[in-house]
Amino acid sequence: MNNIDFSTKVIEMKGITKKFGNFVANDNIDLTVHKGEIHALLGENGAGKTTLMNVLYGLYTPTSGEIMINGEKVEITNPNIAIQHGIGMVHQHFMLVDVFTVVENIMLGMETTVKKGNWDTGRLDVKKARQQVKELSKKYGLYVDPDAKIEDITVGMQQRVEILKALYRGADILIFDEPTAVLTPQEIDELIDIMKNLTSQGKTIIIITHKLKEIKQSADFCTIIRRGKKIDTVKVNEVTEEDLAEKMVGRQVSFVVDKKKLEKGEVVLDIDNIVVKDNRKLKAVDGLSLKLYSGEILGIAGIDGNGQSELIEGITGLRSIESGNVILKGENVANSTPKHIIEKGMSTIPEDRQRRGLVLDFTIGENFILENYHKEPFAKKGKLQHTEISKNAKELIRKFDVRPQDENQYAKALSGGNQQKVIIAREVSNDPDVLIAAQPTRGLDVGAIEFVHKSLVEQRDRGKAVLLISFELDEVMNLSDRIAVIYDGKIVSVLDAKEADEKILGYLMAGGGVDDERQ
Amino acid sequence: MMKDNKLKFTIIAILIGLVIGAIILLITGYNPKEAYGIMIRGVFGKPKFISWTIIKSTPLILTGISVAFAFKTGLFNIGAEGQFIIGALVATLVGYFWHLPPVIHAIVALLMACLAAAIWGGIAGLLKSKFGVNEVITTIMLNWIALYFSNFMVFWDKFKRPESEASQKILESASIGLPENWKALFGGFFDAPINWGFLIAILVAFYVRHILKNTTLGYELRAVGLNKDAAEYGGINVKKNTVVAMMIAGGIAGLAGAVHVLGVTREVSILAAMEGNGFDGIAVSLIGANNPIGCIFAGLLFGALKYGGYKIQPGMGAPSEIINIVIGIIVLFIAMPKLIEMFKMKRVKKRGEEVESIK
Amino acid sequence: MKALNDLGLILGISLMYAAPLMYTALGGVISESSGVVNIGLEGMMTIGAFVGATVGYYSGNPWLAFLSAGLAGGILALLHAIACVTFTAEQVVSGIAINFLGPGLALFLSRIFFDGATMTKPIQLDNKMPRPLNGVFAQNSFLDLVFNQYVTVYIAFILVLVVWYLLYKTRLGLRIRSVGEHPRAADTLGINVFKTKYLAVILSGVFAGFGGAAMSLAVVSNFRQTLISGQGFIALAAMIFGKWTPQGSMWACLIFGLAQGLVVYLGGTDIAVSSQLLAMIPYVITLIILMGFVGRATGPAANGIPYEKNQE
Repeated sequence: MNNIDFSTKVIEMKGITKKFGNFVANDNIDLTVHKGEIHALLGENGAGKTTLMNVLYGLYTPTSGEIMINGEKVEITNPNIAIQHGIGMVHQHFMLVDVFTVVENIMLGMETTVKKGNWDTGRLDVKKARQQVKELSKKYGLYVDPDAKIEDITVGMQQRVEILKALYRGADILIFDEPTAVLTPQEIDELIDIMKNLTSQGKTIIIITHKLKEIKQSADFCTIIRRGKKIDTVKVNEVTEEDLAEKMVGRQVSFVVDKKKLEKGEVVLDIDNIVVKDNRKLKAVDGLSLKLYSGEILGIAGIDGNGQSELIEGITGLRSIESGNVILKGENVANSTPKHIIEKGMSTIPEDRQRRGLVLDFTIGENFILENYHKEPFAKKGKLQHTEISKNAKELIRKFDVRPQDENQYAKALSGGNQQKVIIAREVSNDPDVLIAAQPTRGLDVGAIEFVHKSLVEQRDRGKAVLLISFELDEVMNLSDRIAVIYDGKIVSVLDAKEADEKILGYLMAGGGVDDERQ
Repeated sequence: MMKDNKLKFTIIAILIGLVIGAIILLITGYNPKEAYGIMIRGVFGKPKFISWTIIKSTPLILTGISVAFAFKTGLFNIGAEGQFIIGALVATLVGYFWHLPPVIHAIVALLMACLAAAIWGGIAGLLKSKFGVNEVITTIMLNWIALYFSNFMVFWDKFKRPESEASQKILESASIGLPENWKALFGGFFDAPINWGFLIAILVAFYVRHILKNTTLGYELRAVGLNKDAAEYGGINVKKNTVVAMMIAGGIAGLAGAVHVLGVTREVSILAAMEGNGFDGIAVSLIGANNPIGCIFAGLLFGALKYGGYKIQPGMGAPSEIINIVIGIIVLFIAMPKLIEMFKMKRVKKRGEEVESIK
Repeated sequence: MKALNDLGLILGISLMYAAPLMYTALGGVISESSGVVNIGLEGMMTIGAFVGATVGYYSGNPWLAFLSAGLAGGILALLHAIACVTFTAEQVVSGIAINFLGPGLALFLSRIFFDGATMTKPIQLDNKMPRPLNGVFAQNSFLDLVFNQYVTVYIAFILVLVVWYLLYKTRLGLRIRSVGEHPRAADTLGINVFKTKYLAVILSGVFAGFGGAAMSLAVVSNFRQTLISGQGFIALAAMIFGKWTPQGSMWACLIFGLAQGLVVYLGGTDIAVSSQLLAMIPYVITLIILMGFVGRATGPAANGIPYEKNQE
């Protein structure tokens, strides 16, 4: 709190409304931020917080309302103007060109060029830019390798590049959009330190997030947005996480999941020392072993990029396994076809529902039969049986409450939550012995999240095995019976859920406890 | 609902093309009414003309279906041209060298042509699925290879017709023309070499639609075409389907070539350049909304434009190439669905404002 | 001596045929670097060839003709840009439309300007592109055969350097490439994505127009229906071959030119290989090389994807 200068209103957004056609993303929102503040914008996915900041940054123009920067009314019609007013944005999905170097990315849009006298030759002066980057880097403690290509550096460094991009342009106001999604707990602490350091040097920070814990750790004030409207602005040290959650969702939220007592059965999936390579031919999964029992939820905790995607693709037949075995119900299915693995009893809720999970241009009915279109009753001798397909669709829509309840609706018209319901309905109706759920609640609102969790627990309670992979540590801790931590392509530890807490998991997720020089 | 809009939208594009063509004619000093008049009379004026229009349209309908099929499965078949050539070549070879009873000879020739062209298309499919090479480039290369290969075969002394730039003619038993004694009927409608090809094209259109809508093969191909990642995840063999799709598309385009030879030309000539049946098929497919049945109508339209259009030059001295320009404009506007959407948005906005003011 | 002369003949013809391809391939590189697929190079090359030949015939000035050809290609490219950038059209389809329009317009106008003929009247030798090194070497010596080229060949090589410099050493080039790789990132940094794409596409048309003129004002002396006949597509293949770089495309075009040169040379000798089989060679080679070496090469990350601003 000591960094805040209450006499200076750095940002004042008054009555901001933003419509996309008929959809009201922001509804008459007021926001005031003082110099030196760390101000959090809290809301669920789709609440409108990113839209509001996109308006501030000039990516969108508001339908109505006005913006004042340092007391002066401004029209921010494009990012250049926002940058001129000292606003910088650190995006959730990094806006970095993979094949360019760090320096090229930082200077893009305000390139330093070789000048002969007054004449600007247009030739890039990379040396000068590199120098400037090194200086900034030192001043704010943001270490980067200027000549490395983005595709070759770590996620943490990529984020620092994003921050440097803003500072390079003289940003005094920094907007962070969901910055902690890709960081370890330790890196999150580092980021919070960086933010506090920045505010002590006179910068103002707005952080968009849905993570209550981080708001309590870092923010001074918090504005809660729900369904496009501003609900309240609170002083963070005067409220609890439960208070914030309630304001965010509009009702009381339970953080605990109802589970029956654990009745663990046999080993149904035995992953034995597998090696899987990623797209760049590097070993993403490097000697990974794990056993999954029926009747349990085994959660895999880990930071994005430690081999989770490759692990799932490997065991489901979408990626080749270089060595090792995957024993599913007694049969080694390593390098089997996806079709065979599904038939053998392993189904997946994929992490990218729009890419892997659904054919968006198919109808809901057609999506339901994506894995079984060739089997009776959906097909006889190669001919599709449309009445059976329709019957199946109607049944699943009813059972899983998919909206809109029209099986001829195209999947792309559905909300994220309903799309996920279609996928879950399909996978669960396969009656698999092993259900893999990868990032199953990504991008969903609280109601849909509750539904997904319920479905997973139901499977477990029915004696099936569930393998949950998620970047949301809370989700993993709440749902799982056992928790495995994945780091650098290996399982470094498997704990009973009761023994695990965030500190221990965070430490393991960052590679702690591993015999490794990287420590 | 969506289909209604697509039809309206295609018609608008066609009208815009004709209007702009008219404007260009005006600017260069020609009378558009006269030009279009010649074109329309050139198509509908005599039964023989209608007949010729159908003849010209037939290969275009088939190449259109070939491209449309490929599109629906996520592939761009620019190779219809080469597949056409291979089909024509093989049909002629079978039609000349093999001796079979009538009708059977024709059927066998058609099937062999389909098969050969299917293999030709399959090469591109294989290169894509195995080596990841984009089918646009491979099919373009294969087009040229087909062209020169066809010429090479025609030059073969056992096949070349002496004193000509073409091959030997196919045997009568292989022809798919209509019986000779039909010639006098319907006021000369059968004076032109109209043949069973048109019927074949229509049957193929309906069969292709059936495959896409009602079979598991069609489901697989469509899934792969719309989202191959999801298809793979669902257990569908993407690589196999890519090859199969290109083979089917190739076979259909080959059929176009075969039908053209067995019904009309009865021979294969030495080509200095590509005749354009395959490329035109791309335009036909686009105008037909990438729909097999749509291709029938689009093919007829295209055939009419080309056949009637080419009478403009001798008719009034205006360049017949105006038709190519008209076609280009039509395709250009079909490529821009957003333009029509903007039109609609403006009207919706207007109505919205009216409602607001009433409030 | 004869062997050296023969080699010189082959190399000389190769360079001559490679040049038009190089211009066009460079055009492709520029357009696709900004993320706009340009299948319409064939049409742009055709209209350029026609305009070059017509202006060249009527004005007698090859430079005016050359520049006009570029202008014509640029205007046709403008249509492609409007369709693809402003109206987010399917880029391959728009390219196909251009391939109907280019030759269509060329033949239409040819009939109008040249009494109904589908070819333009030949340009006098003096009014064709100049040959700066004519007479410098002994006639029919090796050096003469290889280096006594129309100036358009030399300009082509210079332009390869220019485009390379532009794309990799200048601010404009960085921005063009950023727009092709990650348009949203560029947008968030205040770069005008639309304007950049427009510029790149129009430039590609200008280059393709130059390529066409390099045919009708140098290799031959007029425009006719079969002049371009697929070279635009070969340039496209060369670009992919060359992994979307100016220098790579240059080498690919040289290889194609060499194949063509071999065809012409062998055609004039006693070697009894069918000219048709020879003509196939460049295309077969391309397929083989694509299989083995280029295969999974991809262009700029956002190539072919129309950029829409309001992505929620």
